[in-house]
Amino acid sequence: MTGNTLLSVEDVVVDLPTPRGNLRAVDHVDLTVGAGQTLGVVGESGCGKTMLSRAILQLLPKKAKLSGRVMFDGQDLLQLPPEKLRKLRGRSLAVVFQDPMTSLNPVLTIGTQLIETLQEHLELNDATATRRSVELLAAVGIPAPEQRLAQYPHQLSGGMRQRVAIAIALSCEPKLLIADEPTTALDVTIQAQILDLLAREQRRRHMAMILITHDLGVVAGRTDEVAVMYAGRVVERAPTPALFKKMRMPYTEALLAALPKLDAAPHTPLPAISGRPPDPTRPLQGCSFSPRCRYAMSRCQREKPGLEAAETSAHQFACFHPIETHADANV
Amino acid sequence: MMLQSAPSISPDALLDVDNLVVEYPVGAKIVHAVSGVSLQIARGETLGLVGESGCGKSTLGRAVLQLRRPTAGRVLFDGHDLTTMQGDALRQMRRRVQLIFQDPIASLNPRRKIGDIVAEPLVIAGVKDPEKRERLVHEVLSAVGLDPTLVVGRLPHEFSGGQCQRICIARALILNPEFIVCDEPVSALDVSIRAQILNLLEEMKGRFGLTLLFIAHDLAVVKAVSDRVAVMYLGRLCEVGPSEQLFARPAHPYTALLIEAIPVPDPDVRPTETVPVGEPPSPIAPPSGCRFRTRCPRADQRCSDEMPELRAVAPGQFAACHHPLV
Repeated sequence: MTGNTLLSVEDVVVDLPTPRGNLRAVDHVDLTVGAGQTLGVVGESGCGKTMLSRAILQLLPKKAKLSGRVMFDGQDLLQLPPEKLRKLRGRSLAVVFQDPMTSLNPVLTIGTQLIETLQEHLELNDATATRRSVELLAAVGIPAPEQRLAQYPHQLSGGMRQRVAIAIALSCEPKLLIADEPTTALDVTIQAQILDLLAREQRRRHMAMILITHDLGVVAGRTDEVAVMYAGRVVERAPTPALFKKMRMPYTEALLAALPKLDAAPHTPLPAISGRPPDPTRPLQGCSFSPRCRYAMSRCQREKPGLEAAETSAHQFACFHPIETHADANV
Repeated sequence: MMLQSAPSISPDALLDVDNLVVEYPVGAKIVHAVSGVSLQIARGETLGLVGESGCGKSTLGRAVLQLRRPTAGRVLFDGHDLTTMQGDALRQMRRRVQLIFQDPIASLNPRRKIGDIVAEPLVIAGVKDPEKRERLVHEVLSAVGLDPTLVVGRLPHEFSGGQCQRICIARALILNPEFIVCDEPVSALDVSIRAQILNLLEEMKGRFGLTLLFIAHDLAVVKAVSDRVAVMYLGRLCEVGPSEQLFARPAHPYTALLIEAIPVPDPDVRPTETVPVGEPPSPIAPPSGCRFRTRCPRADQRCSDEMPELRAVAPGQFAACHHPLV
């Protein structure tokens, strides 16, 4: 990680009480994001990636128990009074969700929502806020931005709504943008446009970004560093080129291998991962991936491997039997 | 009615869709969901159908099965025109065709036991012997990789998405159909589970001798299972061809755009800054001529004046474009 550390997540644990017992959604996670850097967080449903982002944003469900430390821009977010936290969110810490309707208000016009955000955080007058809103909508690629100000979210397509949500997130020049599956609900041609837009605005504003996704393809070309999560834990973490060149954690490798490849011949059987992730209310004693792992030995069932550095300090993985040589044939 | 010419591929077509049109009213306007699509699927073949949301691919799948009656056109299944069939005749024919949906959990009745859900098609088909039904249910559940004794007495909510899709596949297979429309069968599933279900579909296809229409928006998923691929845009077919060939040398600019837009899991492949191609127009007022022309870098006057027909661009490959890439 180069540059100054903007965000550091230290030993964060999120527990959710459920009728079936305690659910450990995030299990001792450490992460850092440097100013202007992009961290990709990859994992399947239920791996804890969304709960981790909510822990950073301090937007966890009321019943959730959080421990650890979240240092953002020199402040411990867990110690911050609610009023200060509210000022921070939307201002220097912004978020874009998978479904833009999660953050857009269906009964307010696009203009009202943008202008409200700008005035709340930047104390602009009406004329300036309106002008800035038009500029922002134009910047995120919305045609005829002046007319859009008077429209309601339901009058826009899914791709356009996501652009509006991004415009609102960018409006106060945040230092960190958390994008939680920002393109999962969108078509592939629109997905490419939105990812390009995020990358362009990020460069222009020197903004840091956490890109949360289930798609290894999305993080490959668009992040500086990747953290792979499984069953609430980070199981591998490395600079993006290093990760794709030499995956060490069997889960990461299996996840990539299970993706259908465009350059494979039709009817090639996919190397599927057998079974499914463990029940998060029934944590395993050993490595959470061991029941599905083809390299697992008896030690993997007894002991939980810690996240440890390999030959370079930047490449860490939690595995007793890491992959030694990278099988190019799989990629 | 505009006609999109039919590339004839095989005299052994199990399914022959001829100039199918599906339109429905929304208020005073008409949605042109499917506008003159023709395609054939040979016995034992998997035809992949790709396109973005709202392109009419699901409507086409449903119209093929007569779950939505087409406005015009013919659907010949094994030589019988399904569009003119009614009542009992259609019900008899439906034993031979099945549908698998995107959301496996929503397509199972939450209050019924798995055993009853999978047996239901048998009950409807008039299999009266309960022992025979039970035997068939056990057979088909084993075939899809579930342990019948552990599964039959339980309710859908006790299963994960991947397991529910296995149950849906079992239900679709129990009447021993010849043809299955799979409508986005793996879109709702995680990567690791998706591979399991795709492999299962391939295995079942071989074991039961199935013919498949595989509808999906994910090109890599479609390529993994399809012999041929049809690309649909705004109610019309852009291109049809053998999978390998179509992905290696797309002829229609829309096919090329779709392929280019796929994120590649390789950091050395920097994503190309995509041309700002905008969004698909509304199917209520589709553009004149070629429907893709409003987003196409190659479009000219001819594209707005004249609708392109599907024409052969290579052996087995057909594209509806005035300025094809090959």
